Amino acid sequence: MDKARPMHLNLLQIRLPLPGVISIMHRVSGAALFLALPLLLWWLQQSLLSSDTFTAFEAMFSQWFVKLLMIGLLWGYLHHLCAGIRHLVLDLDVGTELATARLGSWLVLGISLTLTVAAGALLW
Amino acid sequence: MVNREVVGAHYGLRDWLAQRVTAIVMALYTLLFLVTLIAAPKTDFSSWRLLFAPQWMKLATLVFLVSLYLHAWIGVRNIFMDYIKSSVLRLVLYVLAIAWLVACSGWSVQILWSV
Repeated sequence: MDKARPMHLNLLQIRLPLPGVISIMHRVSGAALFLALPLLLWWLQQSLLSSDTFTAFEAMFSQWFVKLLMIGLLWGYLHHLCAGIRHLVLDLDVGTELATARLGSWLVLGISLTLTVAAGALLW
Repeated sequence: MVNREVVGAHYGLRDWLAQRVTAIVMALYTLLFLVTLIAAPKTDFSSWRLLFAPQWMKLATLVFLVSLYLHAWIGVRNIFMDYIKSSVLRLVLYVLAIAWLVACSGWSVQILWSV
């Protein structure tokens, strides 16, 4: 394995195919959700503990950047969910040909974005 | 020869399966949660609290959250294995991630049973 091999790891020049983009987004969204865990648990606690903390949560949530953050995390959740379902389908050896793998990637991107926009419109 | 490391993945197949089983549990809970949310009469404090009042909802939510923590552990461990080259640093990060997720489990119980 010490043979010198050509390396080309310039991330700005690599043209990742769509399933690859979906794949790295799956990882990034998962990592983001993991990092957001304390915030999400804190929100859940605030919203459930008492009517005072619920009111404080509502006041915090009325700020646009908090709403934007929540919608962003929701997109992360929905993308991770849809990409995960795609993974489970691929595990069953369904849709592993190039064309269907690409179509599945478009579906993951499209469905998760559509659901995020719909939920975001409801939350705003 | 395969170079086995203390901070590598020892149980590939088991974790692979656990990641998928927890994923299915979380997907099912997401559906359940959406249905109960849509069925809720209002979105004020008392009906939001009422959503988590039944014991089965608390338990279902706890199963969801613990599945999430196990799933997150497998996920972040994979990320650490891919990007953190130092075994010592990786071990430290593993310990921190596990401690944090165990703490989250306790916190989750506290949140749910405060309702």
